[in-house]
Amino acid sequence: MSIATEFAAEAHATESAPEQAIEGRSQWYLTWRRLRHDRVAVGSVVVILIITLLAIAAPLFVSLTHHPPDSTYPLTGTTAAGLPVAPGVHGFWLGTDDVGRDLFIRILYGARVSLFVGVVTTAIAAAAGVSMGLIAGYFGGWVDAVLARFIDAVLAFPYVVLALALAVVLGPSLPVIIGVISFFSWAAISRIVRGQTLSLKEKEFVEAARSLGASPWRIMFLDILPNLLAPVLVLATLAIPQAIVFEATLSYLGLGIQQPTPSWGNILAEAQNFYQEAWWFVVFPAAALLITTLAFNLLGDGIRDAMDPRTERVFAAGRKRRRRGRAPARTVAVTAAAGGPEQPSSAAS
Amino acid sequence: MSVGAGDPPPQHDAGVAVGVPPGSSDAGTDDILVRVDNLVKYFPIRSAELFRRTVGQVHAVDDVSLTIRRGQTLGLVGETGSGKSTLARCIAGLIPVTSGRVWFEDRQITNLSRRKMQPFRREIQMIFQDPYGSLNPRRRVGSIIGEPFAIHGLASGADRKRRVQELMERVGLNPEHYNRFPAEFSGGQRQRIGVARALALRPKLIICDEPVSALDVSIQAQVLNLLADLQDDYGLSYLFIAHDLDVVRHVSNSVAVMYLGRLAEVGPKAPIYEAPRHPYTAALLSAAPAADPESAAQRQRIILVGDIPSPINPPSGCRFHPRCPKARDLCAEAEPALEPRLGDPDTHLTACHFPIEAGESLAAAGRRETP
Repeated sequence: MSIATEFAAEAHATESAPEQAIEGRSQWYLTWRRLRHDRVAVGSVVVILIITLLAIAAPLFVSLTHHPPDSTYPLTGTTAAGLPVAPGVHGFWLGTDDVGRDLFIRILYGARVSLFVGVVTTAIAAAAGVSMGLIAGYFGGWVDAVLARFIDAVLAFPYVVLALALAVVLGPSLPVIIGVISFFSWAAISRIVRGQTLSLKEKEFVEAARSLGASPWRIMFLDILPNLLAPVLVLATLAIPQAIVFEATLSYLGLGIQQPTPSWGNILAEAQNFYQEAWWFVVFPAAALLITTLAFNLLGDGIRDAMDPRTERVFAAGRKRRRRGRAPARTVAVTAAAGGPEQPSSAAS
Repeated sequence: MSVGAGDPPPQHDAGVAVGVPPGSSDAGTDDILVRVDNLVKYFPIRSAELFRRTVGQVHAVDDVSLTIRRGQTLGLVGETGSGKSTLARCIAGLIPVTSGRVWFEDRQITNLSRRKMQPFRREIQMIFQDPYGSLNPRRRVGSIIGEPFAIHGLASGADRKRRVQELMERVGLNPEHYNRFPAEFSGGQRQRIGVARALALRPKLIICDEPVSALDVSIQAQVLNLLADLQDDYGLSYLFIAHDLDVVRHVSNSVAVMYLGRLAEVGPKAPIYEAPRHPYTAALLSAAPAADPESAAQRQRIILVGDIPSPINPPSGCRFHPRCPKARDLCAEAEPALEPRLGDPDTHLTACHFPIEAGESLAAAGRRETP
């Protein structure tokens, strides 16, 4: 009796043990786990969080410094020659601009504009791009022909020129800037979603859904869209810095955010006349722009690598190979691979 | 009705004879669930230029008629590219047909709009070949099996979950795995998920498109037994597509043999397997590996010459004639009607001018090789 029960208990134990080990892990969990080990991506997340917190806490710094973003301080904020004061002088942490406003506070408020424009335009562009791409790819035929040509037309436009024209015609304001940037961002997302949809709709699970009587909308949004979220997330992460740079460009050219509302672009536009006398006036807003866009781009790359296990495996294999590095056949393969990219460069030079 | 071996019917008879569904005369039409009349499906081949002219057509299914009886299994066999899956998708209403009709319980279901087809979706379900491709990798099993309930608004919330878990239990899955993803299951388990999904709406017909050909042999038997049990319990009818003749023999009541979009031979299982009339059927049977090596040694093998011809430009006359060991001049000229041959009952139909007679050895005929 005891043996039998022991066996039964053992069988039960071994059966239930891996049960917990193989507990459902979603794609997102696995991606998160890989992302956590990517130091660059984690660093980018930290940088983005810090910038976001600083932007949110901007009014807090105003109450600390007693320097509202639009207030000018002609007496303490400018030198006798009428130039901006240097960082640290008279309680201006990063110095002042040409009319004696606190540069640090203005950069913080500029971050609010930049992040808001980046996130909102990307959300609009992603929603429009995904919908258009799904419709074009799934329905095909003349719907696809019309939408695909429209996407090509948008991508082919000299967008800076058109954006300038639109900003001039409609007058520079935040909604116009968001509209213009969204209009030029959705097409790239749409094209990729369309391509993915074209391949996904041939999968058997789509046919299975059709055989169950699912409507085209149900198939598009419940069956195909979940399989597209990974590339869309990567594209969206990479679209945010593009939108931020686009906004800065428009503001720099005087067709975006208007003075006295601060934006990194319009601060830089003013600063260009003072780069010899007041380096901080140029360097700090430019650095804010650079760090923010770089962090988003690096995060996007990190997410892409984490989403696609194949890229990770290639890297891991390469690392292992380097570590071992003794098997002659492998060494040959590595040197051959390393020689590959060198050849065209030497030929080019 | 019987026609002598050397006595070909005139060409114009072909369409009429093929239009008669097998078995419609001896049994009442009551027990016929699905009737396919002269079904034709051509896929246009378009040029790559701007206006995409149609430059040719793939004759995927060409004038096929058959019936599926209530509670029975019709096996559909044929080489890759013979049009089996296309025929199945036409019956399931997944692709529009070029011409011909599909009847489901005396109602015509050919080329219906999605809305009008909706009630029939509940009656006709499919099980797919690829246990990996047929389940959405980003949805949980509970959501996949519950999808039919959601689409047809039959159950929601806790009720849906309970019914899905009942289905999972019925097909031999652990109901606790409700929240897992398809990737966490083996091929056989995934195919059980597909079976549960097909079963959810209690259909009358399940079209099985090579349901076990992607599975290990040991798993094949389990899934086949499950399908047989479900047929007994729910009175299901199956259209069972396979290229494995042993599997079809195991599950089918009657068998249809397809070649290049046409039916070569249709009939009850026993005569087709024991005394095939069509040289193509005989060749298929002789090519199947035998479990018993001694009988295999005695068996003569008919090795077909060449590949299956292109369905874009099918051969004239009998489509099998370029590869047939018994082909004569007539075969290239006239298309043989699908009708009872050599005194067969009118449930056993063969499309051949020179059907194989009892005791006849195909090995004695023209082109053949022995291993």
